[in-house]
Amino acid sequence: MIEYIISALILIGALFTFIGSLGLVRLKDFYTRLHGPTKATTLGVGSLLFASALYFSRGGELSMHEILVTLFLFITAPVSAHLLAKAALHLQLRSLAEPPEAESKRD
Amino acid sequence: MIETVIPIAFTLVALAVVLNFWRLLFGPDAPDRILALDTLYVNTIALLVLFGIYSASNIYFEAALLIALMGFVGTVALSKYLLRGDIIE
Repeated sequence: MIEYIISALILIGALFTFIGSLGLVRLKDFYTRLHGPTKATTLGVGSLLFASALYFSRGGELSMHEILVTLFLFITAPVSAHLLAKAALHLQLRSLAEPPEAESKRD
Repeated sequence: MIETVIPIAFTLVALAVVLNFWRLLFGPDAPDRILALDTLYVNTIALLVLFGIYSASNIYFEAALLIALMGFVGTVALSKYLLRGDIIE
């Protein structure tokens, strides 16, 4: 039974990792491209690490290395994405979205 | 069951690495390339974990942890360089 759960987690993780990189290549501008790797790939690698934790916990003792890596990745992925978005805004990269209305029109 | 799934997972993650390299080579701007490098280290962790399951040995997790740490520091340093023109002010 646990073998099937581990296999399903490995397949889901690899599929999400691939979809994240596909989004990195296929999407049109940087701000949409940021979504693929930071969400799909993080979920995929988290799933793979969870499968590995289950695999090495089969003998009876809990394996904590993978949980550590998963926690670290889940904490650092949003931080690096935020910094990358700030850098892209600073460089004023081309965006597909319309710029917001100017402040002077407000009155 | 696991023995049949692991080659499929290796293939998918290796394809993901190839796509990352495509974006790293042809990415129009610097943040695209940094994002490709960031995804590349996360995919390397995935490959290492898969290899750990494949060879049924758990000596690869220290390497995965180190790659996660150094990759995050590298991404933050490169982004800070683009933001401020300097890393440690």
